[in-house]
Amino acid sequence: MNLFRLAFIFFRVGALNELQYRVNFFIQLLQSLVALGVGLVGLGLVFSHTTDLNGWSRPELLAVMGVHILMGGLINTVIQPNMQRLLEEVREGTLDYALTKPEDAQVIVSVREFRIWKVVDVVMGMMVLLAAMLQLQARLGLWQALAFAVALLFGWAMIYAFWLMLTSTVFWFIRIDEMVNLFEGVYAAGRWPVSVYPDWLRTGLTFLVPVAFAVTVPAEALTGRLTWQTLLGAAALAVVLLILARWVWRTGLRRYSGASA
Amino acid sequence: MSALLDYYWTNAKLSVIEQFQYPVANYFYMIGMIAEPVIYLVVWSTVARAQGGEVGGYTPGAFAAYYIVWTLVRNMNIVFTPYGWEWRIRTGQLSVSLLRPLHPLHSDISFFAGWKFVVIVLWLPLAAFLSLVFKPALNPTVLEIGVFFLAIWGAYLIRTMLLWLLGMLSFWTTRVSALFELYFALELLLSGRLVPLSLMPPWVQTLAGYLPFKWAFQFPIESLVGQLSPVELMAGLGMQVFWIAAGALVLQGVWRFAIRHYTAVGG
Repeated sequence: MNLFRLAFIFFRVGALNELQYRVNFFIQLLQSLVALGVGLVGLGLVFSHTTDLNGWSRPELLAVMGVHILMGGLINTVIQPNMQRLLEEVREGTLDYALTKPEDAQVIVSVREFRIWKVVDVVMGMMVLLAAMLQLQARLGLWQALAFAVALLFGWAMIYAFWLMLTSTVFWFIRIDEMVNLFEGVYAAGRWPVSVYPDWLRTGLTFLVPVAFAVTVPAEALTGRLTWQTLLGAAALAVVLLILARWVWRTGLRRYSGASA
Repeated sequence: MSALLDYYWTNAKLSVIEQFQYPVANYFYMIGMIAEPVIYLVVWSTVARAQGGEVGGYTPGAFAAYYIVWTLVRNMNIVFTPYGWEWRIRTGQLSVSLLRPLHPLHSDISFFAGWKFVVIVLWLPLAAFLSLVFKPALNPTVLEIGVFFLAIWGAYLIRTMLLWLLGMLSFWTTRVSALFELYFALELLLSGRLVPLSLMPPWVQTLAGYLPFKWAFQFPIESLVGQLSPVELMAGLGMQVFWIAAGALVLQGVWRFAIRHYTAVGG
């Protein structure tokens, strides 16, 4: 498949590029540790005042946090850097160079950047998850692990679709710094299971910004709450969002007129 | 002095005009920002209800009031980012501002102060929406409202000083981002931004009392939503003045060294 070959080449270049700056690995590690510390303090504070949050126990919420960090790492490795670059290039007119390549433009703009040091968060998320599973003394069956992986993949695809739609608005409103902030703000909501939020917000976090599917659903797979209907729904929504994102991207692209040269 | 005031007025006006050109971008920014307090609010209201309607003296209504006022105070806390200093130095922007006969601090304070007016105007409908949804318990006295209006500007100045000091680290090293993150984490925990400090363990509250963070965050909120006595309100404003003055003093000292350390790039 062309997509995977292309992605792999860009990945190699990105990795080689970042391997030149190894100190950045430690900086990233430090940042991830600080973020983890703040998350644990927040969790500790909540559970110093209560014993369960809407039916979720402390280790279960730790699992949600693990998935949140893990998914955040996946987003920051590939999705977000590519979208940020796209935002900048639309504004500066240098998107021309991507559009003139003999490949589907959406593919190109989605795989050009890889921040390999962000993988630190993926590993850290897995470690938090592992700690949570040990505390839960949960037995992870093959099917559960598989359901988790699949749910994670669907969630990732949905976040990608959402980010692409958000980014495509740049063709109409040209100012960009706020997008990242908007996404990060909303993504932070995934730190808690969406069932704690009031109905209108939960609906928004499920269908408008698919944080629920990206974090809560995989976490449900691990804590034995996932039904196959939910997983099927996730698959359907992922497909719908990907198609919608492609449409929004193409509509927006038609408004692009280039500014360089 | 009147020339300085004139400069502030003009620069603030410019920034108002500039920012009103981007209502959509400003709204995106604010919606992203409002996610954070809404999350805290929902989580802590859930805890309060599970504990029989109150936790640490806060009912869900009190939490709503706290976190809705939080959104305005948070916006007042936005100042020139410490991450921007690297850009200022690398691109030679700083050389340009050093040529001006005025300390660059004035330019930042007045520019962001102007932006605040735009932010407050755009914030009002959001606050109305949040109030409709979360039903805050808010009944301030006239004195409290008066103190609040002063305190949000005090908070703005304290945070300006703190982040300028932090940003000036860029004069000595370029590997500052981890340090910034550490600072922001401490600030988050010790300012009342994550939770009202009364929900924290006692030793954290004591520690926070010696630091400037809560005067730039929790105090303005409490001045409106809390049950502070008039004496406490005045003492709070006094503490703000103290931290602004202390910040300005340290900043002056560090700035002198920093500038000596600065070698211009481009311009």
